[in-house]
Amino acid sequence: MKARVFVTLKPSVFDPQGRTIEEALHSLGYAGVGDVRQGKYFELEIDAATADKAREIASSVADKVLANPVIESYRIEVE
Amino acid sequence: MPKIKFAVIVFPGSNCDHDAYHTAKHVLGHDTEFVWHKESSLKGADVVILPGGFSYGDYLRTGAIAQFSPVMKAVSAFAASGGPVLGICNGFQVLCEARLLPGALIRNKDLKFHCEHVRVRVEQTDTPFTLRAAKGQVLRIPIAHGEGNYFADPQTLEELEASRRVVLRYCDNDGQVTDRSNPNGSINGIAGICNEERNIVGLMPHPERACEATLGSEDGLVFFASVVACLASHGALTA
Repeated sequence: MKARVFVTLKPSVFDPQGRTIEEALHSLGYAGVGDVRQGKYFELEIDAATADKAREIASSVADKVLANPVIESYRIEVE
Repeated sequence: MPKIKFAVIVFPGSNCDHDAYHTAKHVLGHDTEFVWHKESSLKGADVVILPGGFSYGDYLRTGAIAQFSPVMKAVSAFAASGGPVLGICNGFQVLCEARLLPGALIRNKDLKFHCEHVRVRVEQTDTPFTLRAAKGQVLRIPIAHGEGNYFADPQTLEELEASRRVVLRYCDNDGQVTDRSNPNGSINGIAGICNEERNIVGLMPHPERACEATLGSEDGLVFFASVVACLASHGALTA
């Protein structure tokens, strides 16, 4: 099973990289693009019988390693 | 002078380990050993230093992988038994990732790597690493980091302030904490904190780089002198 984990900074955490990218986009003329937030994306190949089990494992991995719950939240997709 | 044994933890990518070793061993004259991150014992150390650097190349997040190094179990046990632990820069980041200290260090607000001498104000002197300092004392110590922007959620921050666990704050020459004196965007100007029991201290500035006049400042010595005095008074010395 393949799991995809998207890790992003919590809304309450300032993202200076996202802000800098946003400013660069504006300088390129993309005035309508706002609130850019940079995150991380992980692909995991998981040996699990069901999607639910794969999701459970991915969630555990995200909690323990991939995301820091102090500053980040995550979203998981399994296929 | 009582003999204290320092342990300096070495992760792959640590690069201030020799600075810390040099300070403890040669400047202060105490027994000091490097402890490789795969070790499970701290070799009978009285005080543990997690040095600065880029453990595991800062992969994933600063300090994120190092928290799983085998030696961290020994560090946690040592800290739980009341042993003094000092995390400097990357060491502070490792302590936060390991949840031995609250909060997190995130990217500097201006995205720049800051390598410069800054002023920090000593806020608390009832930790093993600051007891020889004076409350409100302004120290001149270098910083060198790209991710030193201290963050904690409002509730954690309130707890930290209420329990007097902010140990150092960035300040100006006069000891005033201002936006201008804050090099990285840290919340409340925080440069260093301690745990609830006060024996674990984490700081972004590098005291070990400011312990000899030839380096431009000796203000960092107070952190080392404090822990030596603390251990001497508690009698917790290596036999």
